[in-house]
Amino acid sequence: MNSCAPWLIIIIKAFLILFVTLTLAAYMVLAERKLLARMQDRYGPNRVGPFGLLQPLADVIKLITKEDILPTQADKFIYLIAPGVVAGTVLLTFAVVPFGAPVKIDGVTVQMPVIDLNVGALYFLAMSSLGVYGVALAGWSSGSKYSLFGGIRGSAQMISYELSMGLALVPAVMLAGSFSLNDIVAAQSRVPFVVYSPLAFAIFLISVAAESRRIPFDLAEAENELVAGYHTEYSGMRFGLFYIGEYVNIIVLSALAVTFYLGGWHGPGPLWLSFFWFFLKAAVIAFFFIWMRATLPRLRYDQLMHLGWKFLVPLSLANVLLTGFLALMFHWRNV
Amino acid sequence: MNALAFYLLSAAAIFSTLMAISRRELIHAVVYLVLSFFSLALIFFMMGAPLIAALEVLIYAGAIMVLFLFIVMMLEMGAAKIPLTPFRKVWGPAVVIAAVIFFSMAILFFGTPQTAVSPMTAFVSPRRFGQALYTKYYLAVEAVSLLLLFALVGALYLGKRDNNP
Repeated sequence: MNSCAPWLIIIIKAFLILFVTLTLAAYMVLAERKLLARMQDRYGPNRVGPFGLLQPLADVIKLITKEDILPTQADKFIYLIAPGVVAGTVLLTFAVVPFGAPVKIDGVTVQMPVIDLNVGALYFLAMSSLGVYGVALAGWSSGSKYSLFGGIRGSAQMISYELSMGLALVPAVMLAGSFSLNDIVAAQSRVPFVVYSPLAFAIFLISVAAESRRIPFDLAEAENELVAGYHTEYSGMRFGLFYIGEYVNIIVLSALAVTFYLGGWHGPGPLWLSFFWFFLKAAVIAFFFIWMRATLPRLRYDQLMHLGWKFLVPLSLANVLLTGFLALMFHWRNV
Repeated sequence: MNALAFYLLSAAAIFSTLMAISRRELIHAVVYLVLSFFSLALIFFMMGAPLIAALEVLIYAGAIMVLFLFIVMMLEMGAAKIPLTPFRKVWGPAVVIAAVIFFSMAILFFGTPQTAVSPMTAFVSPRRFGQALYTKYYLAVEAVSLLLLFALVGALYLGKRDNNP
């Protein structure tokens, strides 16, 4: 029985993460609708359940019972799997996120990430680069011009901002001396990395916002130009997968911003509070994304590319040099 | 368990590679090739090389193939109507090369190993890998990066629009 315990723990953790993340994503939708409404001087959903708390349930029932339409011009196989690619790669990223302190159960120390890869940071980048396929293939396979435009815009945008996102992670990896997310969090036990490299944190946040294709970076689905971009033709739960994927993406990217730069689960108080601290920090970042959506207008496409290639990439390269120099000067490596 | 996973992944890699080289629709070929890279990455991971696995997905599947996909989508080539290879003209050299590869592999398989000890599997952390790359093999790294720089400059030159000829 003992030999199968690690497998069992991994499976339990995977199921817990799936369940919690999907539930959180559903409530993230509600939170966004509520907050957007408040910021725009409206009420937001308030009919289903107390304060509209059961609205996500109603949404899911509606999405599942809608007809799943297959356009005649669509490339059937790719059209059917593309939403799965978008949602799947995002969910898989959660495997390496340490969302709490290690817990001792029955004498066995259980690490919180499902798997503590020694290349965790690269795994995250790899998964987010696979996510591009979902958008590009969904746009192409729908057999519609609007979808194709959306897919091409989306994939170009994601490729461009992956660069600055990866480069913005380099200072964190340099300071921790490891790709492992556990080591990166452990290295921030006293001072979070945002103190050492605030610029990298800012670049990471902007790139992540572009990577998740939300306002002000939602060129891929700009509704006044492209109907709904790459998911114009999708309906029912396949559209739901894109939708849920977007919100899981916000959660996972907030969690990663916390892990890389805001000290992960570290916080004052006893160790079991670590889950609370992690959740609180991630929620603040997620709120920031919602706030940004309510505040900023959409960029023009050339402005988007200009910001990515001519501003963020050189800036993050310079920041890598600067952080390396300062780390050498002041012996930051053993913080 | 591991052996089963290995054979499943190998079968997936071989199948998707075969599909990739035989599809008429270019997008399907790209998707199958990505699948093949992905199965290869999982095999690397199983063999204790997560760094190589991550780089395989990140660079081959995530960067190079995305650019392929992008270009195919932009050019809107669609499915090829004629056979992609004029088979009769080029099959001679192909058969010669295939025969050479086949016989050298057969010699390798059936010959007696030259060394008494089998090579050891080395597990190296990403840190050690990076250190070796930038100390022991720095010349190769610099040469490759210069090559990439030349390619970049060349592409820039070719792609520059002639505004004032």
